Amino acid sequence: MLSLLWLLIAIPLASGLLLLVLGRRADKWGPWLGVLAPSASFVMGLIAFFQLADRSDKVVEQNLYSFIPVGDLQVDFGVMFDPLSAVFVLLITGVGSLIHLYAVGYMADDEKRRAFFGYFNIFIAAMLLLVLGNNYVMLYLGWEGVGLASYLLIAFWYNRPAAATAGKKAFIMNRVGDVGLVLAIFLIFAKLGTVNYVQVFAGVGTLTSGTILVLGLLLLLGACGKSGQFPLQAWLPDAMEGPTPVSALIHAATMVTAGVYLIARSNPIFSANTTLQTVVVSVGALTLLLGCVIGAAKDDIKRVLAWSTVSQIGYMFLGVGLGGGAYALAIIHLLAHGFFKANMFLGAGSVMHGMQDQVDIRRFGSLSKYMRITWLTFMMGWLAIIGIPPLSGYFTKEPIIAAAFERGDWTSWLFGGAALLGAGLTAFYMTRLFVLTFHGAKRWTDGQHPHESPPIMTIPLILLALGSIVAGWLMSTSVLEWLEPVPLPGGEAHAPVMPHWLITTFGLVLSVLGALVAVALFRRGTALAPQPAGPVVTAARNNLYTDAFNEVVFEKPGSWLTRALVYVDSKGVDGLVNGLAALVGGGSGRLRRLQTGFVRSYALSMLAGGVLVLGALLAVRFG
Amino acid sequence: MTPMWYIVLAAVLFTIGAVGVLIRRNAIVLFMCIELMLNASNLALVTFSRINGGLDGQIMAFFAMVVAAAEVVIGLAIIMLIFRTRRSASVDDANLLKY
Repeated sequence: MLSLLWLLIAIPLASGLLLLVLGRRADKWGPWLGVLAPSASFVMGLIAFFQLADRSDKVVEQNLYSFIPVGDLQVDFGVMFDPLSAVFVLLITGVGSLIHLYAVGYMADDEKRRAFFGYFNIFIAAMLLLVLGNNYVMLYLGWEGVGLASYLLIAFWYNRPAAATAGKKAFIMNRVGDVGLVLAIFLIFAKLGTVNYVQVFAGVGTLTSGTILVLGLLLLLGACGKSGQFPLQAWLPDAMEGPTPVSALIHAATMVTAGVYLIARSNPIFSANTTLQTVVVSVGALTLLLGCVIGAAKDDIKRVLAWSTVSQIGYMFLGVGLGGGAYALAIIHLLAHGFFKANMFLGAGSVMHGMQDQVDIRRFGSLSKYMRITWLTFMMGWLAIIGIPPLSGYFTKEPIIAAAFERGDWTSWLFGGAALLGAGLTAFYMTRLFVLTFHGAKRWTDGQHPHESPPIMTIPLILLALGSIVAGWLMSTSVLEWLEPVPLPGGEAHAPVMPHWLITTFGLVLSVLGALVAVALFRRGTALAPQPAGPVVTAARNNLYTDAFNEVVFEKPGSWLTRALVYVDSKGVDGLVNGLAALVGGGSGRLRRLQTGFVRSYALSMLAGGVLVLGALLAVRFG
Repeated sequence: MTPMWYIVLAAVLFTIGAVGVLIRRNAIVLFMCIELMLNASNLALVTFSRINGGLDGQIMAFFAMVVAAAEVVIGLAIIMLIFRTRRSASVDDANLLKY
C-alpha cells in the first residue's frame, strides 16, 4: 500500500473529473460515486497508516516523476507519508467521507448535485495532495487546488448575489495569503536551492536570523489567508453562503486547517526564531479572542459556528506558535475540532433542513423535542467545544492553554490569560447558540413544521458525535505519542507560571461559568429583532469593524487607484491613439474630396503634373 | 525651311488637343483631341528623327500609330457602351467613380 500512495490522490481526482465531464448522464449515480471515491481513499489511507506504524523510521518518501526539471530548479512530483501526513489523510478522508454521505441527503433536491460532488471530490484530491506532497511546490499545487474548489463551492448557488460575492471575497483574500506563500517558496529556493522538505529543513541552520524571520512571516501570511486568521479572517464567515456540507468540510474541518498544517510542517523554520514564534502566538491569541467576541454577537447559526472556527483555529495557531511539544497539541486539537465542528455544522444543516432554510437562531427554540438525534449529536459537539470532560475538546484545548502558560516570562500571563478568557467566551456563545436553537419557547416564523432529517443525514451525525466523544481520550494518549517525531526540540521547556492543576481548574470553572451565564440569559428566549446595545456589542455585530477597516484602508484606495488608472488610460493612452486615428481619418476625409469624378479635372492634374516634371527637367538642364 | 517649324506645329497641335480635352464634354470630341495629341507627338518624333539623322524616331512613331489604332477600337467601344446606358456621350455624366 505504501508504494501506491498516489492512488489516494488519484481516485478522488478521477472521480471528480468524471462527474464534471459526464454531465447529466451521471445524475442518477453521480452522488454515490462521489461518496465512494473518498471512502476508497479512506480505506487505503487506513491500511497505509497501519503499515506505516509497523515501520521503525515512520516515514515513506517516494518520487513519482520529475515535475519541473529546469536547470537548478528540480521539483519532483513526490509524496511523503509520515505521522503528520497520516493523521491529516485520515481526518480528510474519514470526516470527508461522512460529509459526502450527508451531502447525498442534503443536496438530494439540488439540480446540480452531480457538479457539487465533482467539486467536492476535487477538493478532497487537492487537500490530499497538499498534505501528502514532499516539497513546497506540491503543497502549493494542493493549496491552490483547495482554493479553487472552495471558491467554486462557496459560489455554488451563484445565482444568489450574496453567494457570488462571498465566493469572490474568499478568492481575493486567499490570493493575498497565497502571495505570501509563493514569495516564501521563492525565497526558500533562492537561499537553499531546493524546495524538498527534508533538504530545506536540513539547510535551515545555514540561514541568517533575518532571512528566517522574513521567510516565516511570509509563510505565516499564507497560513493566515487559508486559515482565516487575523488580519485575513473576513472571508471565512462570508463563506457560509455555500451549502452547509461545504461549510462543514471545507470551512471547518479540513481546508482552513491547511495553515496549521503549513506551520506544523515548517516547524524547523518557525522553531529557529523566537520572534517568529511570538508573532504566530500573537496572531493566534488575537484571533481566538476576536472570533469569540464576534461569535457572541451574531444571530446566524452558521456564522456563529464560522466565527467559532476562526477562534478555534486561533487556538491551533497559538499551539503551533508555542513550538516544542505544543505542535502536537495543536494537531490533536485540529483533529478533535475536525470532528466536533463538522458534527455541529452538519447539525446546523439538519436544523436548516427541517426549518425551511431558516438560519436565524432567534427564530428557533424548542427544537430538541422535534429533532432528537440532531439535538443529541449537537449537544456532543457543544460539550466538546466548550471543553467539558470527558469529551474531546477538554483533552485537546486544555493542554494548549496550559502550554501557553509555559513560555517562562510575562508573555505567559498574556497568552495564557487570552486562552483562558477565550475558553470562557467560547462556552458563553456556544451555549447561547445551543440554548436558543434547541430549548426555550418556540419563536418560529409561521408555517414551520420542523422534522428530523432522513437517516442518510443523521447517520454521519451520529458517527461524528461518537468521534467527538472518544476522540479526545484517543488524541491525548496514542495520537500524541504517534506524532512524537513531529515536534522538534524547540524552545527549552519552562515551568508553568502557575501549577497545572490550577490552570485546568480555572479553565473548567470559566467554561462552566460562561455556559451558566448564557443559560441564565437565554433560557427564556431572546428578542426577535436586534436590540439597542452598548459599543462593544455593536462593534461585535459589525465584525469589530474589521470589514470597515479593510474597506477604508484597502478597498477604497484601491478603487481610487483603479479609477485614476482608468482615467489615465482612457484619456491619455486611448486619447493619443484615438487622436492619431482621428487626425488621419479627418485628413483623408478632406483629401478624398479631390476625387470629383470629372475626367477633365483628372486630365488637368495630369497635364499640370506633366508640365511640372518638364519644367523641373528644363530647370535642371538649363537653370 | 528648318525642321524647327515642324516642332512648332507639333507643339501647337498638342496644345490644341490638350485644351480640347480639358474644355470639351463630348466624349467623341475628347477622343479626337487625344488623337490630335498623339499625332502631334508623332510629328515631333519624326522631326527629331530627321534632325538627328537616325531612324529611331520614325520607328517610335509607327509604334505610336499602332497603339493609337488599338486604343481607338477600345475607346470607341467604351464610348458606345456609355452612350447606350446613359443616353449621353458627355463625359461629365459618367462621374459615378468618385469620393
